[in-house]
Amino acid sequence: MAQEFGLGRRKFLVYGSAALGTSLLIKGCAPATETGGGGQPTAAGGDTIKVGILHSLSGTMAISEKSVVDATQLAIEQINQAGGVLGKQIQPILEDGASDWPTFAEKATKLIDQDKVVAVFGCWTSASRKAVLPVFESKNHMLWYPVQYEGQECSKNIFYTGAAPNQQIEPAVDWLLQNKGKKFFLVGSDYVFPRTANTIIKAQLAAKGGETVGEDYLPLGNTEVTPIITRIRNALPDGGVIFNTLNGDSNVAFFKQLQGAGLTPDKYPTMSVSIAEEEVQAIGVEYLKGQYAAWNYFMTVDTPENKSFVEAFKAKFGQNRVTNDPMEAAYIAVHLWKQAVEQAGTADDLEKVRQAAIGQTFNAPEGPVKMFANHHISKTVRIGEVGEDGLFKIVYSTPQPVDPLPWNQFVAETKGLVCDWTRTDVDNPGKFKATGA
Amino acid sequence: MTFLLESVFNGMSIGAVLLLTALGLAIVFGIMGVINLAHGELMMLGAYTTFVVQNGFRQLGEGWFDAYLLIAVPLAFAVAAGIGVVLERGVIRYLYGRPLETLLATWGVSLILQQLVRSISWQMTLQIALFCLLFFGGRWLLSKRAIAPRWQAWVSPVLLLLSVGIGLTASLVAGGAVGLAMTKPWFGAQGVDVTAPSWLRRGVNLWGVQFPFVRLFIIALTVVCLAAIYCFLLRSQWGLRIRAVTQNRSMSACLGIPTQTVDSLTFALGSGLAGVAGCAISLLGSVSPNTGQNYIVEAFMVVVVGGVGKIVGSIVAALGIGFVNYVIGSGLMTRFLEPQTALFDFFEFFASTSMARVMVFILIIAFLQLRPAGLFPQKGRAVDA
Repeated sequence: MAQEFGLGRRKFLVYGSAALGTSLLIKGCAPATETGGGGQPTAAGGDTIKVGILHSLSGTMAISEKSVVDATQLAIEQINQAGGVLGKQIQPILEDGASDWPTFAEKATKLIDQDKVVAVFGCWTSASRKAVLPVFESKNHMLWYPVQYEGQECSKNIFYTGAAPNQQIEPAVDWLLQNKGKKFFLVGSDYVFPRTANTIIKAQLAAKGGETVGEDYLPLGNTEVTPIITRIRNALPDGGVIFNTLNGDSNVAFFKQLQGAGLTPDKYPTMSVSIAEEEVQAIGVEYLKGQYAAWNYFMTVDTPENKSFVEAFKAKFGQNRVTNDPMEAAYIAVHLWKQAVEQAGTADDLEKVRQAAIGQTFNAPEGPVKMFANHHISKTVRIGEVGEDGLFKIVYSTPQPVDPLPWNQFVAETKGLVCDWTRTDVDNPGKFKATGA
Repeated sequence: MTFLLESVFNGMSIGAVLLLTALGLAIVFGIMGVINLAHGELMMLGAYTTFVVQNGFRQLGEGWFDAYLLIAVPLAFAVAAGIGVVLERGVIRYLYGRPLETLLATWGVSLILQQLVRSISWQMTLQIALFCLLFFGGRWLLSKRAIAPRWQAWVSPVLLLLSVGIGLTASLVAGGAVGLAMTKPWFGAQGVDVTAPSWLRRGVNLWGVQFPFVRLFIIALTVVCLAAIYCFLLRSQWGLRIRAVTQNRSMSACLGIPTQTVDSLTFALGSGLAGVAGCAISLLGSVSPNTGQNYIVEAFMVVVVGGVGKIVGSIVAALGIGFVNYVIGSGLMTRFLEPQTALFDFFEFFASTSMARVMVFILIIAFLQLRPAGLFPQKGRAVDA
């Protein structure tokens, strides 16, 4: 018996390692084909301009970031087909940040030093951005960041094409105050973005006559929301607004259990800032129908630019794919960069490209955008209601694009601060008090 | 009164989810002494089974859709139990009595299952099916005929290489010929949506307390599972055999009880319960490859606090943890205190959902200091060993 046992185990080990070896071999070949299939031009070294794409292709963030990579590649391909930049083809170099913040910093260094790229498009989480920030600043290089974030940052080396808080959270709160009620309950995941966002919301509500009746944070990944629902019901017995900054799986649990608990959108409208078209599919339309989300871009935005964007994306990546806000922001980033390079007449002199980037305008799928001197872009703000088909019905949109304010004007510490990278008369153009403005 | 009823119901509904996720673990960990870290992934498979059944019923129309749970629950049990048997026959059987190795092996299995769900496609299914057919079929065929002893050591490696090669080539060719329909993952890495039948999505308000139907359903499901386990263990012949093997394995073997079959059966039962739990949690939360991870720690907590090997212990522990979790997280303690007193501020600080989790952990650690063996310590195999 024992003999048989030992032999079985040894055999098991042998087969196991053989199988493992084979699978590793296959895996080892895979990335090569993946990058090779990225639609890269075959022109020789001198005729191409290298740019980096730095996103998580593996790990927990891959789900979200892969679609942003797709959108970035679509933009590059379109530009290449139209003749490239300064007569040269763009050659994207894809790096995997693996949802790990130190890896992001390492890969950013590699893209700049080894691959000699002239710009990097990438990052999603604030944590990954904070990790690469010192790399881009110390090497005086250039990152284009495509995701809405919590603000309170302004770097000469980063161009932000996602929303600052005053282009998403603040207008959403204003709209709720006007249309849905004065009493707010804040629900968020327990980490930096929801806590910063809720600090802003509380200050804004206090300034504008609203009331924060309660707030609660759910640990990331936790799915038991019964205590939160009790708290909401106790704080808002007759209904009120729920502002939701939950991230990831907790959203699914939250919306599934909200409905059975009788907290329906007619009495308890919920405004989310991190649920886009992709997330709606995963949570289930049945649970989200009638709830709201605030973004700058929805797939249903009715502009000719968006029609051709969605069509081109579906043609390249499949008819069942959806587009969302960060993807659109990534698409904008490539086009703004291209225009800046063309105006500067060079891709290599980053100082000139940076200067040329400021003031660039582009007819984006979301509508016209303009790069400001604070390295953020003006954006139209929209509020969408989830409809039967899982897409957003746009119920409100600002008449004009909103100018970006990276430093929050409701929070006491950053009130009155301005960021302007064209100013030479101040010591620190990234953070100074405006005078007479 | 309303308040009391609300607390009891909500505490119980949290407890029922904990208990359902811990029941299967209580059986394999408690009765067999196997620490199965893949328990969460068996739940995940149950949840995906529910997803598949739901999609099937959606094709049939709205009337049929409302009934899909009747099929999904037993099917989730069957699928998870089946995988459990494969797991027991393929891996765990070789590791009985070696808890650390079991721990590592089942952890590996849990990672494999997660990745499998992320990447499984028709191409991969074809590859695995071909491999199994060629490798195990080939070994079975060769075992029927006599082979010279000096070649015997080569049979399996050669077969392995051949079947891996043929399986890979065939699946690559098929993938290239058919295209996306063949290579596209069934589920993908992103979460999928399990929508509860319409009658479960609502709730009812009685005596000022809201009863979500899905919570009532889970409580009922838990009670049914418990009753079924008790009937099986105490009334059936196989239940008697399981209890006998638990108490004294070698004596049972001497008396003619097929202990290996009993092991498989017990493991299948525990895994099947994990599948049922997966079906239940898919109604509450997300269904994604890492769904199981969110529950596994809490399930172990319940089993350990309850006392390994006693299902009664798990019941009491699950209800207790659920209740404490609810009372702290919902801020109920502060309702009876004067605001702005020291005690109020103290409880207010802890009255949040993240803090409730911390507090529950602290309470459990403190409790285990007092009673290391849990609420209902077991006098069984642990004493023999």
